[in-house]
Amino acid sequence: MKPVQVKLVLLGEAAVGKSSLVLRFVNDEFQENKEPTIGAAFLTQKCRLEDKVIKFEIWDTAGQERFHSLAPMYYRNAQAAVIVYDVTKASSLVKAKSWVKELQRQANPNIVIALTGNKADLVSSGRSKSSSEDEDNQEGEENQDEEDEDHGVTREVPTEEASAYAQEAGLLFYETSAKNGQGVAEVFTEIAKKIPLEHVLSARGRGASSSSRVDLQTGGGLGGQQHKGVCAC
Amino acid sequence: MDETYDIIVMGTGLTECILSGLLSIEGKKVLHLDRNDYYGGDSASLNLTQLFRQFRGGEAPPAELGRDRDYNVDLIPKFMMANGELVKILVHTDVTRYLEFKQIAGSFVYRDGKIAKVPASEMEAVRSPLMGLFEKRRAKKFFEFVQNYKQEDPSTHGGIDIAVTPMQNVYEHFGLEAGTIDFIGHALALHLEDSYLNRPAFETFDRITLYMSSMARWGKSPYLYPLYGLGELPQGFARLSAIYGGTYMLDKKVDEIVYEDGKVVGVRSGDEIAKCSQVICDPSYAPEKVQKVDRVIRAICLLSGPIPNTENADSFQLIIPQNQVKRKNDIYVAGVSSSHNVCEKNHYLAIVSTIIETDNPQVEIQPGLDLLGPIVDMFIQIADISEPIQNGTTDQVFVSKSYDATSHFETVCDDVKDLYKRVTGNTLVLKQRPSQEEEQKEMAA
Ligand SMILES: Nc1nc2c(ncn2[C@@H]2O[C@H](COP(=O)(O)OP(=O)(O)OP(=O)(O)O)[C@@H](O)[C@H]2O)c(=O)[nH]1
Ligand SMILES: [Mg+2]
Repeated sequence: MKPVQVKLVLLGEAAVGKSSLVLRFVNDEFQENKEPTIGAAFLTQKCRLEDKVIKFEIWDTAGQERFHSLAPMYYRNAQAAVIVYDVTKASSLVKAKSWVKELQRQANPNIVIALTGNKADLVSSGRSKSSSEDEDNQEGEENQDEEDEDHGVTREVPTEEASAYAQEAGLLFYETSAKNGQGVAEVFTEIAKKIPLEHVLSARGRGASSSSRVDLQTGGGLGGQQHKGVCAC
Repeated sequence: MDETYDIIVMGTGLTECILSGLLSIEGKKVLHLDRNDYYGGDSASLNLTQLFRQFRGGEAPPAELGRDRDYNVDLIPKFMMANGELVKILVHTDVTRYLEFKQIAGSFVYRDGKIAKVPASEMEAVRSPLMGLFEKRRAKKFFEFVQNYKQEDPSTHGGIDIAVTPMQNVYEHFGLEAGTIDFIGHALALHLEDSYLNRPAFETFDRITLYMSSMARWGKSPYLYPLYGLGELPQGFARLSAIYGGTYMLDKKVDEIVYEDGKVVGVRSGDEIAKCSQVICDPSYAPEKVQKVDRVIRAICLLSGPIPNTENADSFQLIIPQNQVKRKNDIYVAGVSSSHNVCEKNHYLAIVSTIIETDNPQVEIQPGLDLLGPIVDMFIQIADISEPIQNGTTDQVFVSKSYDATSHFETVCDDVKDLYKRVTGNTLVLKQRPSQEEEQKEMAA
């Protein structure tokens, strides 16, 4: 089955775990003290479903939103978005909601959006947390504002609150942990299922017919004959 | 912001973003600022809200224009030459992976009160009303000469050395008529006025060759255009820069460039100072360092349909050569539409522009406006074209040139290369960036 290409963008406040979620999904790995993202911020991963194979073209922010400077080009034409917040940080949900608004206003009207409360491992009930481990985690999140100082590991966003919001706004909703893998595959699989096939087929770009697109990499289809033609006028 | 960078770039126009990207790739630590809350500076494409904010003091756009998100209105009228430098830079840096391009459907020229298509194929050339039969034969000889001319091979010179012979003499040699000369010089070589006639012919030969080879790449016209407007280009290069570690801050006022002993040491915004050893910026960030060389008028026109007599082209360039309307400078009309995702589907956009020659610039563009058919709304911009007074090597503040009146990005790329050389001391050599697959493999390893 020929995979259909789907552009998926990650959005969310700095250090909520966007890159970690992708790393878990694509390579099934986790890095404890992951650097703020720079470097290759574009990955692909296939997702097999019963009736289709979807190749996610995953765009990570390249740190561009650290100072609220993400370009609209980033989410242009995206067919899917994963908007991430950190369940231990209430402000990150506020930011996530502003992204939902922005996408609903400016992005592709058929975009499938998943709201994802990450770092669920830090607050999983029934697990008594050793405080030293938590402190280690904190150090990995240094590119944060001062709020971080007293950013403990108590849950700041109740599941019900986020879930009710997601339902109201028409979003998929998951709590995830890039650290232990909880919920990560589900986010991407559910998005893949929900993407309407007819839009996938006409992939990238609304309005414009794909026939006259040009691929700069291939360098054009016409030979020297045409060249001479112009000269003959 | 209170950190030390190698280079601070101010303004996110195309020139600045390309440089930011190239320098970040080379491992320079770059901070890139813009006073606006959007990318692109003068080379931005605006949505309706931004357009009305800029031209109508924030008045609400009328509802019948449609949704904000459907508009990406360019401020400057430029297209990419398919075989030009910008395409090379896009391919080498692989910024093409972030963007999509479409052709401009046709290229037209105004002649004796009518619009004629610039022939894009032999068939079209044979049928073209632009020249009579005998003139077509003479022109054919001329184009064959241009195509075969090689500076290092005197047997192709036919007694003319284009390194020294003025273009005027070459035209005379082939016995071309005034109308044909207008057509070649303005519609193909894209000269804005006639001073080139007295300069050595090689310049015009190069321009004709660029036009022809661009036309030959995809046909129809020599031009390409990015979906969602020209503003996508700076954003694409900004992303390149960010991926290689560049830091971006929009909506950031810059209060002062800070110097010590005549050299730049940083940039102040409020009470924050970012340190650096070099600054690159557009003229608006260093107004005292530039001089005005020209003034242009650009009328951004919102239309309700394709412009008459252009075969309903969804996009076009139309050149009104100066001689045709008794001016010194050509009038350009650049048109795009919803098929390039720049406006709502029942509308078309055209920018009519020229270099200002009188005190009444709006009258100067009237011949262009007259060709457009009904105009729904018009936004007029008068802008200085500036260039830096000094080359920047003394104080290490390098100022780019404004976007000029040419219809393409070749002069922008010249400025990029020139700035790169002054900033780094080296000539720009474009290296092919690894493909997405290679990058991903490298990361996994
Ligand atoms: N405990 C825990 N830590 C996580 C989880 N996801 C990410 N982290 C940690 O949180 C920090 C930030 O993660 P990143 O993936 O870099 O976050 P980001 O959103 O990509 O950050 P920017 O690229 O700076 O915007 C890192 O130290 C990660 O190890 C998670 O699910 N659980
Ligand atoms: Mg990241």
